[in-house]
Amino acid sequence: MITKLNVATIYVLDKNEALDFYVDKLGLEKGNDVRQGTYRWLTVRVPGGETEISLEQPGAPLHDDATAAQIRELITKGAMSGLVFVVDDVRALYEDLRAKGVTDFTQEPTDHFYGTDMGLRDPFGNAIRILQQGKARQPAAAQA
Amino acid sequence: MSQEIEDQNRRLLRARDAMDRAYAEPLDVQAVAAIAMASPAHFSRIFRATFGETPHHYLQRRRVERAMFLLRETDRSITDICFDVGFTSLGTFSRTFSAIVGETPSGYRAGHPPIEAPHCFQMAQTRPRLPAGVHPRSSRFGEARDESAA
Repeated sequence: MITKLNVATIYVLDKNEALDFYVDKLGLEKGNDVRQGTYRWLTVRVPGGETEISLEQPGAPLHDDATAAQIRELITKGAMSGLVFVVDDVRALYEDLRAKGVTDFTQEPTDHFYGTDMGLRDPFGNAIRILQQGKARQPAAAQA
Repeated sequence: MSQEIEDQNRRLLRARDAMDRAYAEPLDVQAVAAIAMASPAHFSRIFRATFGETPHHYLQRRRVERAMFLLRETDRSITDICFDVGFTSLGTFSRTFSAIVGETPSGYRAGHPPIEAPHCFQMAQTRPRLPAGVHPRSSRFGEARDESAA
């Protein structure tokens, strides 16, 4: 029986820039940061959480140059996968991100029957959704 | 060269995100092109090369998807929904909706109950597609007429 999701991977264009965004802006904590030669095993995770999010850059030795370029192009056009987080106060996080200079929101906090969520992009184009679970103050019907 | 494409993609994605976020506002190609820091003509060309459809098509389908959502999930009137999603004329809304969806707004509402799926998946996955065999450059929805009038 599988007991937990241990590592999920997303591709980023630059690991330092990713660390700045995911830790300093979004509020995740750094997990592993291990160097082996030119390789850097870098993960972040929800504070106290069990699943490591591995931040990987396309390139050698996993990818030849042409393949890495294709992946980078897909990331920047928003065609790769994303992450969905749960937060206790989505509007507070929204204000905090704005105060930190984050502007790439794909959706302002919006109420639905299942909770309130917002959307943004990481600096490279990956989609991030953040959900505050629970019954929202008003149903989706009141939203345009 | 790759770096230039990546930077351009990211600017275009930012402009596309603005259409998804602010579809209800009086957006036009010129306003969206400014977000991508390109002239409207150049923007339309590179947007189509990158995402496979013109920005005008993209915005129309986003607005129609939002209208489909409100028709399914709410009991707002069709006239209210028309303006909610950024159309300024009920005639243009009805014509565009019918051409893209294949049925009228009221016909669509009658045949489609609410979908129990998270909003973001609905928004991403139910934006109407190009009909099979229609080249994204073609403009059989009267959109070229709208575009030239804009």
